[in-house]
Amino acid sequence: MSGDGEAGAPAPGAPGRAPVGAVARDAAELIARGLRPRLVPARDSRYRELVGRYLREPGFAELTHAVADGLGIVVLDVSERAGLVAGGLADSAFAVRIGDYARRAGGEHRAADRMLHALAQLAVAALAFPRPADLTDASYVGRVSVDGVDAFVREATRLLEARTSGPDPLLDGADGAPPPDGPAADEPRLEAAWRLYARRPATGTTRDSRRLAGSTTGVIARAMGFLVESGCLVPVGEEGGGTFRTTPRYQVQVRELAADAAMEELLTLGVVTVAGPDGGLRVVPAVPDLLDAGAPGDGAGDPARPSAPETGASRQATDGPDAPEPADV
Amino acid sequence: MSSPARPPSARHDPRQNPPTDPAGGLAGAADGGLADGRLGWPDDGMARRLKALALTQPLHDLDARKRLLDGADLSVYAMAELALHAIDLVTVAMDFDRGASHDQVLRRLTPLAAAQAPRRPATEHERVARWVLDNLINVGSVDRGFDAVYGTYHPDGRYERRRFDFKLLVELADPAGEIYLRATDEAVTVLVGALDTDVTSAQVAAEVTLDNLIRRGRLSDARAAAEAARYRTVQYAEQLRRSLEGTRRDVLSVDWLHTVPALVDEALGHVEARYRHENAILTHIRRYRDSAADPARKRAAADLVTIVADCVRRHTQLQARLLEAFAVFRAEQDRQQFAPPAAGGGTGVDLYTQLLAPTLARPAGEAARVAGAFFGGAVGVRAPRAPRLADLVDALLRPPVERDPLGAPIPEAELSTWEEPARFGDDAWTIALDLLDELDPDAPRRLSGLLAAARERGAGEPVATEAAQLLVLLALHAVSPRLAAAHRRGDAAAQGAGAPAAPGAQGPAPDTPGERVLLAVDDGTPLDDPEFGGADLLVGRVVVTDRPAPVDERGAVGADARDADAAEADAAEADAAEADAAEAEAARAGAELVGTR
Repeated sequence: MSGDGEAGAPAPGAPGRAPVGAVARDAAELIARGLRPRLVPARDSRYRELVGRYLREPGFAELTHAVADGLGIVVLDVSERAGLVAGGLADSAFAVRIGDYARRAGGEHRAADRMLHALAQLAVAALAFPRPADLTDASYVGRVSVDGVDAFVREATRLLEARTSGPDPLLDGADGAPPPDGPAADEPRLEAAWRLYARRPATGTTRDSRRLAGSTTGVIARAMGFLVESGCLVPVGEEGGGTFRTTPRYQVQVRELAADAAMEELLTLGVVTVAGPDGGLRVVPAVPDLLDAGAPGDGAGDPARPSAPETGASRQATDGPDAPEPADV
Repeated sequence: MSSPARPPSARHDPRQNPPTDPAGGLAGAADGGLADGRLGWPDDGMARRLKALALTQPLHDLDARKRLLDGADLSVYAMAELALHAIDLVTVAMDFDRGASHDQVLRRLTPLAAAQAPRRPATEHERVARWVLDNLINVGSVDRGFDAVYGTYHPDGRYERRRFDFKLLVELADPAGEIYLRATDEAVTVLVGALDTDVTSAQVAAEVTLDNLIRRGRLSDARAAAEAARYRTVQYAEQLRRSLEGTRRDVLSVDWLHTVPALVDEALGHVEARYRHENAILTHIRRYRDSAADPARKRAAADLVTIVADCVRRHTQLQARLLEAFAVFRAEQDRQQFAPPAAGGGTGVDLYTQLLAPTLARPAGEAARVAGAFFGGAVGVRAPRAPRLADLVDALLRPPVERDPLGAPIPEAELSTWEEPARFGDDAWTIALDLLDELDPDAPRRLSGLLAAARERGAGEPVATEAAQLLVLLALHAVSPRLAAAHRRGDAAAQGAGAPAAPGAQGPAPDTPGERVLLAVDDGTPLDDPEFGGADLLVGRVVVTDRPAPVDERGAVGADARDADAAEADAAEADAAEADAAEAEAARAGAELVGTR
């Protein structure tokens, strides 16, 4: 549909301005629909029409970008499947900030809670798109569960613990990594993030038998619930504390905006990690033993190990999972 | 015949006299010990059964030896049967200190022998009875008893032969010196008690088998094995599930070359073995369960059936998943490895290696910055909620809605009674009743005349037809008026100083208040009418009075109703006792009087 026939054009005054106003109105409508996170073109014919127009008419696309820019929004992608996927600039009214998200946390744990909530989002994405190619393959659909994400992060923290207590802590140790022997007690902001995570209980119940919001599964469940509201995840079942699949919108957001932003931050911290093309996650087939089957949640997550450059360290870690345990017991 | 006076049970019951009992050593042996590599094991159940079997031996001997007797062919007699009868006779005659004398037993046993061979002489019957009795006592032997040899296994596995001494009937002397017979405990237990069993009963067989299995601990063994197998199955299923989940995420993360095929093979072998074994258990135990009557054994069997059935179900589930496993692998491989590369090109970010792991390793403050940057992008944009000021104020000022804890009241339903619409309209009723009301008591009219009048009043409208039908029905009804009721009402009306009786109490039949009853009489004249057929009734009004003064009233009717029948009916029906029967009679007659053409 071209702009010529638009009956609803609001400015019928000068004959030259009417088409431009109508087109701008359509562009704004497309953005407005993109801001409704759970709306997809497949379920809205007008949306479908506008997306089609964006893809066909470069002028319309340009106008859409201009309108979005004025609103403080970046158009990340427009596709038939995901519709218009937008990202908020830092000072946009539409952006969600971690401070607003984790607002309820207060007191001395405020900073830690904020970090954990943000970390949970990162972990969910990491398990939802385990390989680099999963982010670029538009047809990929990831599956994640609350318990799976928690087990995954805990395995990662276990590996980090094994590494810091191991004989060779110099992999990242050169540039400002925490000292290998325990956290500094007086400066909580210098404590390694994984220690904070490892210290939190995985789950717990309150007196009125709800899930403990401050536990790691509580934090992860909240993150996933928020992603569902944002149209990034779709619940598919109750198993594993809640199981979800990813949407194309989530993939675009992680790929085009979130990962880059986080990489940039890491870069300013001087951390650069080279990754192989297959990703760093492996499923380690567990040795069948009786205890294992009795507690399926224990090993359900994917034991993760870093990729090729660190094979030696990771093998040492996976072969001796209970090496640090006896010391604690 | 001597009479050994010692009590038999004191010496011959092995359970009461272990030192002299050769089988006494077995009493302490635990049953059901599954000795590896040994031929047998101490089993006092086996010894008990052998002893019980030995007790029947003398009876079988009787039948085996009867051909060898001199003098006559006694093979026609069923000796074992007679022997059981003899033991029964003695047992029945036994009270606490006395049994039956020889003569008593013989007297009762001889007719039984005679019944088996009625043509043989009576002396032979007596001889047979005596022979049976003597053999039960085993008169010829020294200690007047029997013995049998059986074997048991010593706790160390050796086979030992043992002798079992027993008696069936013993002779005792009472204080007066008279000799009488008693059946021993063994004879009573086995030959009277234990043999009284329905040997063809599947239920008994099941009970015995189950009891055996339970006593030897076999049932719990089977149960433990089944539970262990189920546990193993759950483990396999869990391992498989984990591998498949990983495969769905990333085919390369699971070793489909060696590990998973080995797992699948192993699990399939396990399922196959257990499936065969447990189905066999299921078939047998289920039969025991269904035919056992003892609740405890039944429950034990039912428990095992439940467990084993659950095991079989889980094995089947696992097997189905195992068969699907490779299909999942192939499908995921197709999807993940042969999918076209992303249109945008370029490689994505390895979120774990490049982002999560380094972030976790950073101090909390720095990690919060990195993760916070990721957060903003990952969750996307959200339109800020900004309520209009007017709505906000309204919302803030609105008083909270009070809820009635009992909920909204339930509206009371308005129920109206439903009545069948009247068959005839008011107009038809008016015409018909007016016509009948106008009848002169002294001048009854013909139905045909009334019909004509009704049609005239109806003036061709549909109401005319209706009124005519109604009139016919009323006239028919009047053929058998409820005279008794009318009479009572007439009395009441008279006593009540002319108070009008309740109208309509007699149904649609109209009455002049209290006294004049409509009466129709068939005098044989046929009705000539386009619509109706039958008798052209004479319709008139009468007054019902008591029997002593029937004449006047009859005159009222009789003026025109010359028919004797009418007068008779009138007189008869004045009698209350006969009224109902007559009514029914008349109604039947009336039904034939007029019919719709």
